[in-house]
Amino acid sequence: MILRAAVSTALLALSGLAVAMYPHSTLAFLTFQASLLAVYLARTPPWHRWGLMAVALLLMMPAIGAYNGYYLEVATQVGIFVALALGLNIVVGMAGLLDLGYVAFYAVGAYSWAIFGSPQANMIFGSGFPLAPGWFYAFLLVGLAVAAVTGVLLGLPVLRIRGDYLAIVTLGFGEVIRVLANNLDKPINFTNGPRGITPIGRPPAPFGISYGEFFYFLVLLIVAVVILVNRRLEDSHVGRAWEAIREDELAAQAMGVPLVRMKLMAFACGASFAGIMGVVFSAKQIFINPESFTFLESIGVLSMVILGGMGSISGVVLGASVVTVLNLQVLKGLSLWLNELRNAGVTVFGYNLANLPTQIEPAKYERMVFGIILILMMIFRPQGILPARRRQRELAQPTAPSEAAPPEEAAAK
Amino acid sequence: MSALFEARAVTKRFGGLTAVHGVDFSLKEGIASIIGPNGAGKTTLFNVFTGLYTPDEGTVAFQERSLVGLRPDQITALGICRTFQNIRLFANMTVLENVLVGMHARTPLRLWDALLRSRRFASVEARNWARAWELLDRVSLGRSANEVAKNLPYGDQRRLEIARALASDPTLLLLDEPTAGMTQGEAATLMALLRKLVDELGIAILLIEHNMRVVMGVSDRVTVLDHGEKIAEGPPQEIQANPKVIEAYLGRRTWERARSSRAGD
Repeated sequence: MILRAAVSTALLALSGLAVAMYPHSTLAFLTFQASLLAVYLARTPPWHRWGLMAVALLLMMPAIGAYNGYYLEVATQVGIFVALALGLNIVVGMAGLLDLGYVAFYAVGAYSWAIFGSPQANMIFGSGFPLAPGWFYAFLLVGLAVAAVTGVLLGLPVLRIRGDYLAIVTLGFGEVIRVLANNLDKPINFTNGPRGITPIGRPPAPFGISYGEFFYFLVLLIVAVVILVNRRLEDSHVGRAWEAIREDELAAQAMGVPLVRMKLMAFACGASFAGIMGVVFSAKQIFINPESFTFLESIGVLSMVILGGMGSISGVVLGASVVTVLNLQVLKGLSLWLNELRNAGVTVFGYNLANLPTQIEPAKYERMVFGIILILMMIFRPQGILPARRRQRELAQPTAPSEAAPPEEAAAK
Repeated sequence: MSALFEARAVTKRFGGLTAVHGVDFSLKEGIASIIGPNGAGKTTLFNVFTGLYTPDEGTVAFQERSLVGLRPDQITALGICRTFQNIRLFANMTVLENVLVGMHARTPLRLWDALLRSRRFASVEARNWARAWELLDRVSLGRSANEVAKNLPYGDQRRLEIARALASDPTLLLLDEPTAGMTQGEAATLMALLRKLVDELGIAILLIEHNMRVVMGVSDRVTVLDHGEKIAEGPPQEIQANPKVIEAYLGRRTWERARSSRAGD
């Protein structure tokens, strides 16, 4: 126990030192991230584990950000995607409702602040905008509420639809929101169409910290709240009702679970996390346009949930971190490195890399490598990196005895 | 005293097929059974009673309140709960959690209680968990409480379904073939349990059963369905001797041959 605690502390300290010494080495930063994971997974006493996590996230990470601002940006992005993935996890992981248009709620939140936090709202209401930057904090709640209402609106018409059909409808919904954002510049200019909205206001950062640090801490705070909410929901009558719906909708209803209400609640809860992060995103970026909310984003968040482990909170947090870091750092770093090899004219197996045609230059492989990683994961670890404990048992045994064909019940359907 | 549960002239059609035709059924107390050959419309009738289907004609009332048009969860909240012919547990949840889901209709908590962990949340949750243990002990599943439901042996799964249904505090419990796939001994134990539930909790039970020995042993009244119509109703002894029932089960020829051969003796 003491050995484990010492090792994980040392790991964290050493990796932090490594980043300080080589502030531009991606490898050093990855070691830091890996040591964070090691701290979380090491079976040390909770006070030690959470103390170290707090030190790493509250002190070390901002310090690293002072050496290399990009790393703080990466950490902030990880936080944003963690919150998104945890929101989607409620809908997909707990309630079992496959939602392929989740990014729509993120867009709704982002646009709600973008429109009122920029001169854009003058196009609608005449004058008086943008709102004072302090309104940003109020809009965190507005974005949450608007997204939750949108979630209910999406939920209402699709409640009778299940499984694959639901997935297709939510996919359509996601596209509808994006197309609306793209085209609502006429007759009244709500969204400024594909040109996007800029400049979006942001509140002055408190205590004289930089904007990078401000958004990092804000995202960290929201993620903490989101994790707390997720845990409390999971371990309550609400979470159990959602899981019951996932397991057997008909039986759940027959046992007294009001399907409509619980499904709408799942959609609203999941959407609200995306809404609040959308507000943060729009303020952080200063500029948003519909390109930030494509179908690919929805799939990206879904892949985080599945990769991490559906229905498992720690798994989803890890999945979101891994996928974001892969996309922002590992794959980018890989293609940069390959490019360097090419430019240096390195020879591999007697072939000079400098002769590679531009059509297959390394930067174009990034998505392919990500795809291969996803495929391999689904083949060798379909339950995700850190599966929920019950779920792990589910996937280890593909056939449940109660799934035998129901003669009279099936005919009655 | 009027009946606890009363269905009048219930008809349910699926396209051209009339699954249930003009069936009257009423239940005051105790254990009643519905029997009939395969495809006689027993499960359809159950599904109409519990709100999974809306009847095309007729009325269904529970404690003098019409159930027609209510959703299954509303009917459960009123005090009717059921099990399924093919077991429909929440397979990947633990035994305890299955029972807790059954209490949903009796859990006076809102979303905010769960989020803010109000004092009420703590007390209601504690009460629910305690009751869940109690119910599991009642069906002697206490030892498997933390197992995942799908890993239970078949007979235990059937008993868990009953515990889950009991969790909703029903006044009327509907059991769809509770002894299917059980040995004669297991079935007898289960019937003793049902009798105990009726005596101790004062609930009424309606069974669908194929196992004749079970039906005749435990039921106060038996209703026989054939081709969607009620062909007989009464105490078990009467039903056993009813020629129409025997015909429905064994076919006319067999019945007549049996009668003529007996007449020849």
